[in-house]
Amino acid sequence: MNDIVIQTDKIVKTYASGSNEVHALRGIDLTVQRGEFVAIMGASGSGKSTLMNLLGCLDTPTSGSYSLDGVRVDGLDKNALAAIRNQKLGFVFQGFNLLPRTSAVENVELPLLYDRSGKKRDTQALAVAALTRVGLGDRMDHQPSELSGGQQQRVAIARALVTEPALVLADEPTGNLDTRTSTEVMALFQELNEQGITIVLVTHEHDIAVYAKRIVEVRDGRIRRDEPVKNRRSAMDDLQQEERSAA
Amino acid sequence: MRTRTLIKVATASIQKNRMRAALTMLGIIIGVAAVIVMVAVGYGARTRIREQINNLGTNMIVITPGASTQGGVSQGAQAFPNLSLKDVDKIRNESQYVSAISPVIVSRTAVIGPAGNWRTTINGVDTDYQIIRDWQPSSGDFFSADDVRSTRKVAVLGNTVAQNLFPGQDPVGTDIQIRNAVYRVVGVLSVKGQNASGNDSDDVVLIPYTTASTALSGRSFIPQILASTSNSQDIAPAEDEITSILREAHKTDGTNDDFTVKNQNDLAQTAASSTNVMTMLLAAIASISLLVGGIGIMNIMLVSVTERTREIGIRMAIGARGSDVLTQFLVESVVMGILGGIAGLALGVISAKLVGHFTGWETTISPVIMAVAVAFSGAVGIFFGYYPARKAAALNPIQALRYE
Repeated sequence: MNDIVIQTDKIVKTYASGSNEVHALRGIDLTVQRGEFVAIMGASGSGKSTLMNLLGCLDTPTSGSYSLDGVRVDGLDKNALAAIRNQKLGFVFQGFNLLPRTSAVENVELPLLYDRSGKKRDTQALAVAALTRVGLGDRMDHQPSELSGGQQQRVAIARALVTEPALVLADEPTGNLDTRTSTEVMALFQELNEQGITIVLVTHEHDIAVYAKRIVEVRDGRIRRDEPVKNRRSAMDDLQQEERSAA
Repeated sequence: MRTRTLIKVATASIQKNRMRAALTMLGIIIGVAAVIVMVAVGYGARTRIREQINNLGTNMIVITPGASTQGGVSQGAQAFPNLSLKDVDKIRNESQYVSAISPVIVSRTAVIGPAGNWRTTINGVDTDYQIIRDWQPSSGDFFSADDVRSTRKVAVLGNTVAQNLFPGQDPVGTDIQIRNAVYRVVGVLSVKGQNASGNDSDDVVLIPYTTASTALSGRSFIPQILASTSNSQDIAPAEDEITSILREAHKTDGTNDDFTVKNQNDLAQTAASSTNVMTMLLAAIASISLLVGGIGIMNIMLVSVTERTREIGIRMAIGARGSDVLTQFLVESVVMGILGGIAGLALGVISAKLVGHFTGWETTISPVIMAVAVAFSGAVGIFFGYYPARKAAALNPIQALRYE
């Protein structure tokens, strides 16, 4: 076990847009230890989405190096990246990105079906366990259209967890949710982090970022701020407080 | 992904778009059904033709005048009165292989009986005719050699003629009128049914050829001579023998023959060539339909890839390789092809049975043809599914995930 989950060294990403070059990332050095809960913040155009794509092994840097869970990722080919995504990463997206007309348990099972490591595992049982872990044990056979937004995001989180990844990457996971549901989802993330899961969260909302342990702010393709969260909030406490005030 | 999972994923996505998948498969369904019907009906038609040719008579040889070339111009059969009774006698006397021979003097005229009149074909023939055509009377007798020698006015009626002139009665022993002359009915022939060209074989009256040439046609030439051998091995030598006898009699040498000798195999081939045309036509329809069906699959798969761009993005993000996505879409189009093939097979078998039911043809479909048809539709699925599947596999996961 490697204790450093993310280690990037002067990551640069340049896009060719017509005749101009767009410098999306101008050299990012970021290290994330196992068990951290990092919020990456930044306005649109700051380069945080590009960073997210690189950290998620969906894209490769123009220069610089990136190691994920002790594996050098830059320079790997498409198929190797697919395998890394499958085994070391769990994604949670803003738009949930569940397969429509497919039951919750089948959605959660999906990453296991692409596992080439050859471990013969009972994929269905693991999917059931992951759904139970996010509190949806009674919604196994529901299709996404039969679930609320919060529930859909829980299914997506279960899908991210089912492969026991080294890192869960959440891209604006609360962007499509109302305040209360957002807090619920953040409570779940905090709970999972307590259990030792490393989480990197991309958000532009400060209210959400304060549930993380560390905030990394990106601006113009560089890290502007990287500090622990002062006055860290507990989403569970917020929920209970809200209930009390409602009563 | 394991094969079972792949097939499950493919069939699941087809199930989610049932109506669309069914419409997409329609081209394949029609194509395969056409192939099945084509094969079944083709087989039935060939069997039927074989039966009908055998029905003509056993080991029969047909000699017709004409089909010669004169000055480089091919003359149609019967353009010239080239066969005579002398030819018949000569073949009968000189041939070793021919066991029965009869001239056929054809005329069409009305026959008057007690229940009205009936326009039919009058064939002037010899007594051997019943051997050559393997055609026995069901009532009464065939006329005798003595009747032929004596130019008697006697007639044997085909079943259709008998039923029209003597409904519900046995005409044997009664009289009929042919061209103002009275003929005594001596027999009624057994039912023969349709011949290869679809005409009613039983719509005929047989009279002695001697009587026909004097009383009816007044002409000495013969439009057709029928001969037969006692067994099928003799047919080929008999044909050669007849040809050389007639060449000697007509003083021709093979370049200017004024007669044609054919056996029933030749007739069968002629008839078969017409069914071959039909088979080719159905094959053309089938292949066009399969082509269009394949294009339909390609079209709908392209739509499906575009529609499911986001799904492809999700799958890639969670670890699907390009090859996984390619296989998924390829399996989907193959499953669609095979399902279409199976549905087409069912439709084809039912149609073939219906055709068989209404035509009375024997429509048998071999399991090999069925397997080939289904396998081929699967191949169509692979061929036309490959391009859309490759397009899906080549998608960039980031852009695919962002696709709305």
